[in-house]
Amino acid sequence: MKLSRILKTVLLVDFLTGLAIAIKEIFKSKKTINYPFEKGKISPRFRGEHALRRYPNGEERCIACKLCEAICPAQAITIESTEREDGSRKTTRYDIDMLKCIYCGLCEESCPVDAIVQGPNFEFATETREELYYNKEKLLDNGDRWESILAANIKADDPFR
Amino acid sequence: MLNYLNIIFVETYKILFLLVPILVTVAMIVWLDRRVWAFVQKRRGPNVVGPFGLLQSFADTLKYIFKEIIIPASSNKVIFVLAPITTMTLALIAWAVIPFGETLVLSNINVGILYLFAVSSLGVYGIIMGGWASNSKYPFLGAIRSAAQMVSYEVSIGVIIINVLLCVGSLNLNDIVLAQENIWFVIPLFPMFVIFFISALAETNRPPFDLPEAEAELVAGYQTEYSGMMYAMFWLGEYANILLMCAMGSILFLGGWLSPLEMYPFNLIPSALWLILKILLLFVLFALVKATVPRYRYDQLMKLGWKIFLPLSLAWVVLTSTYLYYFNLLPVN
Repeated sequence: MKLSRILKTVLLVDFLTGLAIAIKEIFKSKKTINYPFEKGKISPRFRGEHALRRYPNGEERCIACKLCEAICPAQAITIESTEREDGSRKTTRYDIDMLKCIYCGLCEESCPVDAIVQGPNFEFATETREELYYNKEKLLDNGDRWESILAANIKADDPFR
Repeated sequence: MLNYLNIIFVETYKILFLLVPILVTVAMIVWLDRRVWAFVQKRRGPNVVGPFGLLQSFADTLKYIFKEIIIPASSNKVIFVLAPITTMTLALIAWAVIPFGETLVLSNINVGILYLFAVSSLGVYGIIMGGWASNSKYPFLGAIRSAAQMVSYEVSIGVIIINVLLCVGSLNLNDIVLAQENIWFVIPLFPMFVIFFISALAETNRPPFDLPEAEAELVAGYQTEYSGMMYAMFWLGEYANILLMCAMGSILFLGGWLSPLEMYPFNLIPSALWLILKILLLFVLFALVKATVPRYRYDQLMKLGWKIFLPLSLAWVVLTSTYLYYFNLLPVN
């Protein structure tokens, strides 16, 4: 071994350099956030909790074309439909099993009327499995709750679609 | 009879007066450890429970109390339960001889450093018992490693203590502190201080020598089968041991409860606070080391202990005694 190498080992040069770096890092700004109190920025494309949107006049967007049901790789979506008195086709049942869902976003992509979308919400953990079997009512409720953000996100992502 | 009761009452009071602050400090130290670790990694660390997250450890302890204690069916139940109790007790009884001031010591015995050394050596029993009684592979391997590690580093710590004792001429901890009034031993015996620090890391199973609980290989080492309050007792005992090693380091090398300068502003601070400050300083260094260095390999660890530290500290004993003898500085004739 070279003398310089021995000296370096005996004087713990490498260790002390590491320690100095560690101490320097302490005073640098933090890279993490206070999660429940502050949240990180998420992209408009973020694929979180599902929602069924409505038109501004309150009519459901969904036309029961069942494209989302067909494309869903996890087969998490179940749709039943009927024809209404005015001749339009609407869903009577729109269930998503959030436990099966893999959050791939294909339902949103396949939807011709932007009815089923995945919103920015990712904090919908529940205490029972049953609560994660979403039905039409729950999805429409989500849509009403997040509508302003959902519309803004779709608009922001529009040039790239 | 009444007199006897009175003595028991007073002694119990004294012991509690020492134990309760130590347990609280141990909890705080865990928080400090996690916080320093997080800061080095540019994280925030526990900062939600209480101001700056100071009460995090108490929340954790509360959680452990309410968790179920699972005792494996194939374990040796008596030893299994006894192991964390042993670790905790041994970590705490050593504090009886730590002097926080000239008179501020629970029992000022003549062989204080020997007692301290003996008790910290016994600490390995808790780990071996836990690993053995679990009757499971990972705890067993962890305990074997731990036993080998602690035994080998105790040897070099013992030799380092001999160095200090040569300069003091007494085994009493207060005498050791008072002998450093002119100059702290960290200056003349600096290499020994470094070796003591590294051995203390190994002795308390701290990174980079945390092989007994190397989670990548051994899950959690000897703690694998423990849960609830029994795990928490291991955890408290471990940190109490770390604190004890810091206290030992500050008494042997950093002048214990002496203030660094016998001058006006330093004199005002009570002696106990100086010791606590020195312990904290050493502990922050412990925490920084944990955040800085990667884990040692087992053979490297053994090589460092037996082939480097032991001969080095033995050589230093010869050097110190030669120096003291030649210049006629030996404390006792």
